[in-house]
Amino acid sequence: MQRWPVLLFLAWVCFLFFAGIGLFMSGFLLTRIELTSSSSCSDPLVPPPWERQSLPPGSCWAPQRFSKAVLVIIDALHFEFARFNPAKASPLPYENKLSFLHHLATSEPRHARLYRFRADPPTATMQRIKGLTTGSLPTFIDVGSNFATYAIQEDNLLAQLVQNGRRVVFMGDDTWEGLFPNKFFRSYFFPSFNVKDLHTVDDGILQHLYPTVDSGEWDMLIAHFLGVDHCGHKHGPDHPEMAKKLTQMNEMLKSLVDHLGNDTLLLVAGDHGMTETGDHGGDSEKEVNAALFVYSKTSLFGTDPPEEPEAIPQVNLVPTLALLLGVPIPYSSIGEVMPELFSGDSSAVSAALQQLSVYHINAKQVDRFLHSYSLVAQDLPAEQLQRLQELLSSTMEEHTQFLAQVQGKTLVPPELESWLGSLISRFQLYLREARAVCTQSWARFRPLRMVGGCTLIATSCLLCYVESDSFYRVCLLYPLLWGLVVAVLLVLARVFTQEGPDLLLVSSWAAAASQLVFFWHWWGQHPKQARLAGSQPPLASVGLRQRIREWLGLAFPMGILLFRCGAMFSDSFVVAEARVAPFMLVSLVMLLVGKLHWDGHLTASEGPKQQLLGFSYRREIWYLLCFVAALLVCVRLSSFFHQCREEIPQCRPSLFLSPLASLRNTRAKNLFYLLCVALLAGLVYAVRRWLRHYGNLNSSDPLVLFVRWGFPLVVLCIACYWAVASSADDSLGKLQELVQVAVVAFPWAVYGLASVGLLLLLCNPMTVLAKTTWESAESIVTPYLGVPTSEVDLLHVIPQIYKRMQESQKSRLERDSCRATVAAYGLGSVYSAALVIALTLLGFFLMLLHSERMSLAFLLLFLEAFVLLHIHTCARGLAGDAEPFSVPWYAVISWLLAASQFFYSTGHQPIFPAIHWNAAFVGFNLDHSTNLLPAVLVGANTFASHILFAVGCPLLLLWPFVCEMPGSQRKKPKKEPREELQEVEEHMMEMRLRESPEKFSTALLQLGLKYLFVLGTQLLACVCAAMILRRHLMVWKVFAPKFLFESLGFVVSSICLLLGISLVMRVDCAVSTWFSQLQLR
Amino acid sequence: MREAEIRKLFAVNLLCVFSIILTAVVPTVFWDGFTVVGTHLTWLRICSVSVSAVNIVLHLILKPNLSPKRSSFAHKISRFLKCCIYFFMSCVLFHVIIVLYGAPLIESVTETFLFAVLLSTFTTLQCLCMLGPNLQAWIRVFSKNGAMSIWESSLQITTMCGILGAWFGAFPIPLDWDRPWQVWPVSCSLGATFGYMAGLIIAPLWIHWNRKQLTYKSR
Ligand SMILES: [Zn+2]
Ligand SMILES: [Zn+2]
Repeated sequence: MQRWPVLLFLAWVCFLFFAGIGLFMSGFLLTRIELTSSSSCSDPLVPPPWERQSLPPGSCWAPQRFSKAVLVIIDALHFEFARFNPAKASPLPYENKLSFLHHLATSEPRHARLYRFRADPPTATMQRIKGLTTGSLPTFIDVGSNFATYAIQEDNLLAQLVQNGRRVVFMGDDTWEGLFPNKFFRSYFFPSFNVKDLHTVDDGILQHLYPTVDSGEWDMLIAHFLGVDHCGHKHGPDHPEMAKKLTQMNEMLKSLVDHLGNDTLLLVAGDHGMTETGDHGGDSEKEVNAALFVYSKTSLFGTDPPEEPEAIPQVNLVPTLALLLGVPIPYSSIGEVMPELFSGDSSAVSAALQQLSVYHINAKQVDRFLHSYSLVAQDLPAEQLQRLQELLSSTMEEHTQFLAQVQGKTLVPPELESWLGSLISRFQLYLREARAVCTQSWARFRPLRMVGGCTLIATSCLLCYVESDSFYRVCLLYPLLWGLVVAVLLVLARVFTQEGPDLLLVSSWAAAASQLVFFWHWWGQHPKQARLAGSQPPLASVGLRQRIREWLGLAFPMGILLFRCGAMFSDSFVVAEARVAPFMLVSLVMLLVGKLHWDGHLTASEGPKQQLLGFSYRREIWYLLCFVAALLVCVRLSSFFHQCREEIPQCRPSLFLSPLASLRNTRAKNLFYLLCVALLAGLVYAVRRWLRHYGNLNSSDPLVLFVRWGFPLVVLCIACYWAVASSADDSLGKLQELVQVAVVAFPWAVYGLASVGLLLLLCNPMTVLAKTTWESAESIVTPYLGVPTSEVDLLHVIPQIYKRMQESQKSRLERDSCRATVAAYGLGSVYSAALVIALTLLGFFLMLLHSERMSLAFLLLFLEAFVLLHIHTCARGLAGDAEPFSVPWYAVISWLLAASQFFYSTGHQPIFPAIHWNAAFVGFNLDHSTNLLPAVLVGANTFASHILFAVGCPLLLLWPFVCEMPGSQRKKPKKEPREELQEVEEHMMEMRLRESPEKFSTALLQLGLKYLFVLGTQLLACVCAAMILRRHLMVWKVFAPKFLFESLGFVVSSICLLLGISLVMRVDCAVSTWFSQLQLR
Repeated sequence: MREAEIRKLFAVNLLCVFSIILTAVVPTVFWDGFTVVGTHLTWLRICSVSVSAVNIVLHLILKPNLSPKRSSFAHKISRFLKCCIYFFMSCVLFHVIIVLYGAPLIESVTETFLFAVLLSTFTTLQCLCMLGPNLQAWIRVFSKNGAMSIWESSLQITTMCGILGAWFGAFPIPLDWDRPWQVWPVSCSLGATFGYMAGLIIAPLWIHWNRKQLTYKSR
């Protein structure tokens, strides 16, 4: 048996996929690290003391210019919507509607101004709100944030306002509620979810806006209107509805300005623009081009507005607004102040001095942020940071000189002005470059990498498909070699060009190269194969028909797979996947039964007469139908354990998800507890029963002893842990400390026992008891029927005798007068027994990580897997498969569908708030020294079903052999001498696999590749969906998380698959040693 | 002979299609506010009843499976009762299967059951008319080379199309279009109906095109 080549090949394929995933991720997922620090009034950033004395009370960092501000956010207010062009004769529905802004800007040019407001991608509303309040570039994953909530953890404008005692009032989009819990002095939230609803939010705001403004009980008022955005999504911008909506906004602004006082700053902003179809999310010009309008009743600007409105990045709003309102700039802000707002109507020199001081504060704050960021993350290039640092320090030096001269009053106006101007422009340069550096690494999709990753995954899928069908030997050496060569070359090139080797790029190039070489080799061998097959003309035509038939046979499982992949492209289907996956699974199984019937495999066709008169069904049919019914019931029952997503408001999460401790009713709690423990015990009983049935529980090896005694012990520990964890805290009183210890000790006992079990399994996975009997010469093969001692019969054992071993024994013992036969109990199911034990241990571990009542779902999982295996075996037996060594596609696909079904049925959803974070604290008292262990625990919890199904995947190959029950062929009329030999061969079970080690290893390889192919196809669908739909409204809420969960699931699954296959190989190794020892005996 | 029979089959199937279309149109005349989607349950009832009536009447008139056996009145009664029981059982079975496929368990039981009745009308009732309460014959017809006349081939095709239609009808349900026809079980029953109608039309055409290959075993 080729063990290492097979494992190596699978590992290589996994590596290809991983490289693809990594490449795609680096192009698609914008990541950044969130800093938890926040600015405060007393930070040593403030200007020199002589300037500080002039700070009026209530101001921080810079003098307060406005005591109040109104921020009106009109969602998706594109710049073109706000611009007014009187020359236009026939404006489009969205043009020239906000005439009031134009009126203000022309009648009071020093009070009002319109800007282009450049949004940074991703232009999704939530990311934009984050950006508008933190002044940073939020990405899809802001590492460091608490995934359990969407709440903004970073320092932000609202937090600064609240910290400095300002009252913030909010009305509008309820996304803000999740982002800023308990930050608002008063708030009016309206549901934002229904995109079809144009009016609820806007009408709600209008109802409260003017009374609130008039009441004066606020310092900052935020109103977030959603109508324009929803109108875009529903009708597109070019629609009469949009005209109505914008006119309504115009009226709103008109009356709002009437209600404002002189000390109030009004800002009207769009969080992003929209495309021609009304969507947003990406980085195209139309999406990022929003509008900002600034107005105040006191004079704001020292100069008249420029001809063409200036374009400013969105991050500039935060520092500007913070300093205008006299609060510190949020810590992570990378924006630049808008200088013209700080000039007022004083003289040019004093205005410039004021601007210089705010620039100085701004630059220092950005520098502080960049410094702290570079300490925790390396994603900003070091040499650029170095350059920025140099730029800033030289400017600072000059600034100090300048201030000294200003104080000494040695400067004359023209010189002063020019120096001022140059200083300001140097600060500006610094701030802009700093922002550019951040943008470059945080807020840019890299299409090339995305396409590359996608291609790599697609070709890997193709490779799996090609290889899983071929019958010639895999060619692995050259691809690996070439991959290595390319990798080494790239690393060398990188080293010579003084660049740090980018691991991701190197590995993906290596993957691509090795793949290319593989396909080249394959292509070279393929024609040969074809020629060989085509050498016999009559066979070729038969081959064609056969091939067409095979292709049609493939069509039905592949069709289901295709449907499943297609479903990844619709956000509604991804949201409803918890119900789609079981639907597909049920359909697949029903189709299988239907197909078996249609092909006439279900009816016994003994003779032509019988065929006409009565269609007597075979007895196995009833087994099959019962199993199918059991499967359907399992699938339906498992839907009672679902978690909810917020996209389906009427959904209620399963009651079983909450821990028992949260139950008020003691009786119900006790009942549930007993039920869970009983079911756990039942699982152990069933496993032991199964092992005993196949005779794997007879030997006295440590592993068997562990199964006998360790399993109940594990159950006992879990039961104790559940009891302790679910008991009410206060009722225990003095025992509190003991409980604290127990809560940690019992999980650790389970972890320990489970790992001991797995170690034992690795050291000696044999669960075989050998008995040597000495008998007369004739009965070489009888021991199967023999060994009729009552003791053995009582044990329900099925002894397995290995023919070849017997023969060798025979030849060796020929010299002796008597012959020995060895009856090996449980030899026929050694492989499966090891897998079953491993799965049970893993199951215990995973159940421990879930809440108590989820163990019901796990039991369903085991039951369903068992039933699926039996359906597969039955179907195979009925169809009379000629190739026992290849697992059909439908089996693999149904296995994977069950895996994704149970991802949902163990209470998970592919969204971050649905992750069970408390799994990290099973066995830990809220303290973790590293991040690795909690990540492993939470990962194991999340991907529990992926792990179990992937490890159990080899069972698909083994089960039909295990279930090759004695007695099925009994009806055969007894033949003469060869019969007995045949009989023995019939009951070789898994030893049949050992008989042909070459085929066995190929079968394992093909099974692994098929599994990876199906898994990879699903992943490919997710990747393509995320890439193609990156402008979709739901990309950050649905597709990107789905892609992330799917790819993590792929990684976990493939690693577990490798582990499962290597466990089988380990058993095979042990069996070989066992035989050699037997022969030596 | 063959051609004539195919033409007859086509006419009969067209009649069935026509009757289904009528169930959507005629009630609007008598009853204000009737729409297939709006008052779906009513339509389901009407459709089931009229399709079964048409099927039974056509069957009584045409008698495609000429059974030479003459039978007593009591025998006929028992046969009829058996048919009724079979029909009811198939409704229950369909209901259970639909629930196992993911339909709500307790809420909207009426809807699910009426849908099951509709499916039974499209499938089981036809079988009962054509083959009688004889499971052996049903099993024979629904296997690869089981059909023995064009009527049985047509039965195969229409039944499968009906069930396939119902299956495809489940796909629009999760979509967030908020259309009235996405409500359970409207899309499924419409899918089944369209599938059935398509099957009725496809069957004679398919048989016509494949008439050379179709060689039915004589009884
Ligand atoms: Zn928005
Ligand atoms: Zn939007």
